[in-house]
Amino acid sequence: MSIRPRIAVLVFPGSNDDRDAVWALGALGADAQLVWHAEDALPRDTAAVVLPGGFSYGDYLRCGAIARLAPVLDSVRELAAAGGPVLGICNGFQILCEAGLLPGVLRRNRDLDFVCRDVRLRVDRTDTIFTARCQPGQELTIPVKHGEGSWYADESLYEELEAAGQLVLRYAEDCNGSVGDVAGVCNEERNVFGLMPHPEHAVDPLLGSGDGALLLAAFVDAARERTLALA
Amino acid sequence: MRVTVLVRPKQGILDPQGEAVQGSLCKLGFSVGGARVGRLVDLEVEASSATEAKAEVERMCQELLTNPLIESFEIEIAEA
Repeated sequence: MSIRPRIAVLVFPGSNDDRDAVWALGALGADAQLVWHAEDALPRDTAAVVLPGGFSYGDYLRCGAIARLAPVLDSVRELAAAGGPVLGICNGFQILCEAGLLPGVLRRNRDLDFVCRDVRLRVDRTDTIFTARCQPGQELTIPVKHGEGSWYADESLYEELEAAGQLVLRYAEDCNGSVGDVAGVCNEERNVFGLMPHPEHAVDPLLGSGDGALLLAAFVDAARERTLALA
Repeated sequence: MRVTVLVRPKQGILDPQGEAVQGSLCKLGFSVGGARVGRLVDLEVEASSATEAKAEVERMCQELLTNPLIESFEIEIAEA
C-alpha cells in the first residue's frame, strides 16, 4: 500500500478554496491538512504545501502583497529552499509572485472582467513535478475564476523564463491578457509552481472535467517521493 | 512627519482601468486624451528630518507599497 504524504493547505483570512483543495488532494491519495496562516511552523512530516485560491486579506494593497508576510510563509520558504514541492493556485499564485518565490506578477484582467468559466490550457513543459503526468502539448480543460489573473513580465524577463523552460502552462484560448498567454509558471529549481486555473475544481468528470487531477496527482506523487526520501 | 506616496502604473504598462475611466469621461462629454489610475498612501512617519523620512519611505515602497515590476512611485513630504 502506498503512503499518504502529508500536504499542508494554508488558510489565510479570505481564502475560500482551501477545503476544495483538501478534498481533491485527499481523493488523490494525500493526507491534506488545513494550516492557519498565523502558525509559525508546518505540521510534522509536511512534504508539500498548497497556497489555495481566495482573496487573502481582502486583496488589500495588491493581491497577495499582505499574505506574503504571514508567519507561516517563513516555513514555506524553508521547505521550498530545501526542494519541497509548493503549489500556488490563483490567489496562491499571486502570493508566491509577491513573495518572490515565482517570477512576474498578476495584474487586473485586460478587459477588467471577472473571468469565471472553463478554459482550455496547453501544457508546454512536462519536465516539472507538477506536469509529469501530462504529455507535451496536451490540452487540459480547467476552470478559472479571477479578476486579477493577467500574468505580466517585461520582455527581458519573459525571454529569460522562456529560455529556462519556466513557462509551463498557457491558455489555449483568449482569457485575460496574460503576456504570452501564460497560465502557469515555475521557479528556476522547478519545485515551486503557480497557476491561475483551479485544478482542485476539476478532479471529477461529474464536475465538468477531471483534467485537474492530472496536475494534482503528479504533485501528490512528488510529495510521496519526498516523504519516502526523508524517511 | 506627514508623507504621501503616489503609486502609478509604470510608463508603457497597459492600464485598462485608466482606459475605462478615460472612456467614461469621454461619454460624459469631457475631452480627455488619457487617464492612468494609481494609488495614494498617506503616512505618518517618525523621522528627525525630511531626508531621513524620504529614505525610510523609499524602503517602504520597495519592500511593500509598490511592486517594482509594474509600478513607479513618487514621495511627497508635507512642509512642517
